[in-house]
Amino acid sequence: MSDLPSEGLALEARDLVAGYEPGLPIVRGASVAARPGEVVAVLGPNGSGKSTLVKAIVGLVPVAAGTVRLFGREITGLPAHRFVREGLAYVPQAENVFARLTVRENLELAAAVLPGPRRHERIEAQYRLFPDVGRLRALPAGRLSGGQRQMLAVARALVVEPRVLILDEPSAGLAPRLAAVVFDTLRTVRALGVTVVLVEQNARAALALADRAMVLVEGRDRVTGPAAGFLDVAEVARLYLGGLGARAR
Amino acid sequence: MTWIPFLVDGLLLGSTIALGAVGLTLTYSILGFANFTHGDLITWGAYFVLSLLLASTAATGSGLGQLGALSFGWPFLAALVVAMLLTGALGLLLDRVLFRPLRQHGTQIVLVIASFGASLALRYGLAFLYGPEPAYYTRDIQLAGPIVPGLPAVRATPNQLFVLGLTAVLVVGLHLLLTRTTLGRAMRAVSENPTLARVVGVDPQAVVRWTWLLGGALAAVGGAFVGLTVQVRPWLGFDLLLPLFAAAILGGVGSVYGAVLGGLLLGLAEALAVPLVGAEYRAAVAFAVLLAVLVVRPRGLLGVRE
Amino acid sequence: MIADVGAYLVFFLVVALYYALLCLGLNLQWGVTGLFNVGVAGFVAVGAYASALLTGPDSPEHWGGLGLPVAVGWAGAAGVAGLCALLVGAVTLRLREDYLAIATFGIAVTIQLVALNFTRLTNGPFGIVQIPRPFAGWSETPVGRNALYLGLVVLVVATTYVGLERLVRSPWGRVLRGIREDEVVAAALGKSPARYRLEAFVLGAMVMGIAGAIYAHFVGFVAPEDFLPILTFQVWTMLVVGGSGSNRGALAGGVLVWGLWSASGALVAALLPPAMQARGAPLQVVLIGIVLALVLLYRPRGLFGEEAVVSRHVRT
Repeated sequence: MSDLPSEGLALEARDLVAGYEPGLPIVRGASVAARPGEVVAVLGPNGSGKSTLVKAIVGLVPVAAGTVRLFGREITGLPAHRFVREGLAYVPQAENVFARLTVRENLELAAAVLPGPRRHERIEAQYRLFPDVGRLRALPAGRLSGGQRQMLAVARALVVEPRVLILDEPSAGLAPRLAAVVFDTLRTVRALGVTVVLVEQNARAALALADRAMVLVEGRDRVTGPAAGFLDVAEVARLYLGGLGARAR
Repeated sequence: MTWIPFLVDGLLLGSTIALGAVGLTLTYSILGFANFTHGDLITWGAYFVLSLLLASTAATGSGLGQLGALSFGWPFLAALVVAMLLTGALGLLLDRVLFRPLRQHGTQIVLVIASFGASLALRYGLAFLYGPEPAYYTRDIQLAGPIVPGLPAVRATPNQLFVLGLTAVLVVGLHLLLTRTTLGRAMRAVSENPTLARVVGVDPQAVVRWTWLLGGALAAVGGAFVGLTVQVRPWLGFDLLLPLFAAAILGGVGSVYGAVLGGLLLGLAEALAVPLVGAEYRAAVAFAVLLAVLVVRPRGLLGVRE
Repeated sequence: MIADVGAYLVFFLVVALYYALLCLGLNLQWGVTGLFNVGVAGFVAVGAYASALLTGPDSPEHWGGLGLPVAVGWAGAAGVAGLCALLVGAVTLRLREDYLAIATFGIAVTIQLVALNFTRLTNGPFGIVQIPRPFAGWSETPVGRNALYLGLVVLVVATTYVGLERLVRSPWGRVLRGIREDEVVAAALGKSPARYRLEAFVLGAMVMGIAGAIYAHFVGFVAPEDFLPILTFQVWTMLVVGGSGSNRGALAGGVLVWGLWSASGALVAALLPPAMQARGAPLQVVLIGIVLALVLLYRPRGLFGEEAVVSRHVRT
């Protein structure tokens, strides 16, 4: 999304090259940007590098080239545990709660980066926002259903009042009914004014929520545009419905 | 009632195993590898106490001191605290020079193999420094007295009761640490899912450092117990390694209470096996228990399914 | 003087090849198949005792002493060690690798305990003495006898080396490597990983058993303290130094680390004050431990380790 001016962006990843092994990049020069308060959907077929792109942004995959800026401040290559302190929270796709910790302990763990007096207040705020999470606070997170886990994972990310939240396929593997609950959760997040980068397979549901969208193919960003009518753009249709993206729908 | 002495014996032995197994289960689950140096950290703790006692005796002329019916006093307790710090520091040093660099490139298995090397160096380092002969904190012989009114067969020495009591205190303390503090939750988080722990802001290096420190300190107490109730030898901790692994795995790796339960059960099994198979095969009991758990229920009694 | 050097060289080489043979056995299990065996000393002990009891003279102190030919003893050593491995492996090989390590460690401890306490069979701490030495009637001098023995050992090690080289390059060996790299894929190809792993485990243990017999018949007596856990860790150090996955590395590691051990013994003897001489041996072990750590840190492939092993043990 190099079409946006860098000024005033909440999150800007520019020309990222990243991968697990040196010399074998999975992300091969991808850019993504989000203005404050915006929801940006990152779409693309399976194996296009969407997950690797966001993992590179939050320091879980080594970045070989490119920069990541948060409100203008460069944060490329920080150790992964530093990002929440910078105001960037991330919810991974799978195994995103601590199953052996209780719901409450999951939230307390995240709240540990806050100053002491604010921790309790921020946890209570999540209970109000997600009454289900509050109701289940004493249970080990491993006992929660798939949808409840996603809700807890999002609540845990919100505990630190992040300025930017990155979500990696929050509806993956969920039954349609539960996926709908997750998208309701994301609407709640959106209403808080948090900037969101949402990686999704389910393009329609994501676009219904997003302000803008991009398509990633083979580790590169190919099309960027407003979410409304995004699927009608000829190139998106070609990338998605052509050979590369046939499975994605 | 002839089995009662064995029962008491088993509980006492079990408490030492339990304490060692608690430290082992903690480091096993958080550091993520079977650490063969844990036994040798126990030995180093025992020798740190010995050296500090020798030094204080040389400096002040007083020995272990005396507290009530116990055969030791404040000098011993002070030496124990310092030894805990020193053994923790030794664990940190090992991590800094060996395990941390390997962790950045290798897998769990490389760490286990590295721990063979570190274990050899630690154990035989003590044999070089102190010689292979056994040493004693005190030459005093304590008599075992009845401890339960109406059950004269239940006998223990005051030192043994101290060992039991301190084990209980440390286990409860560790449980509170793990469940009530930020550090404890972070340790449990790293043990379950290190990557997710980083994502929520836990610095894994800091947790690993604390784990070595705690594991070393607990090991030192275990070593001091053996020194207090038996004797100090360069092999004392290494010889405990198999029972410790058996207890930790029996309880379920990562579970503190599981390790305590595993330790006590193992101590009882060893003691009760004595009349059956003879004292000389006592050590094989740990192996039998280990094998049975691994085959029947590898996640242990209180462990969580992977 | 020259005769002394020659005698020492023969002694040195026999022991070096004993270790090299152990490394070959461990390499088949760990380097090729990925079985984390920390019970090497146990299988060596079983082989040593088996051959000693089969070939030794009748003794009032213990059972055995069948007076059979040495060749039968060595075959028995391989057989009994293999049988042990079969029993143990059938139960433990399906375990996670770190649990397999702890379980095999326990096996070695238990075997040592049996050697120490099952007096009727092993004569306890006193061990088995008067184990027949091959070539006793062939040479006037011990040096000549040892030289002939060295020849036999060279033959055994060379045969084992060639045999293992051919095996690991055979279809069987390729399946082993396949299982090590990806058990699921190997299973999908219709190969039963459990069976192949067990075969490799047993074969490796048989090699270790023969090594134990070589040791027993060279020294002439065996006792429990010859098979302490430290032996296992020494062999591991040798294999890591030589490079696991490579038979050439296994041979080189065995000879090299034994050379280092001998040299450090001389050095320690020269440097330590007389009162400290008895503490020299522990210092040598400390050195072995440090060598293992240093090789893992600075040259994880060892001298001849194969690339595939590295990629498997290095996080990607």
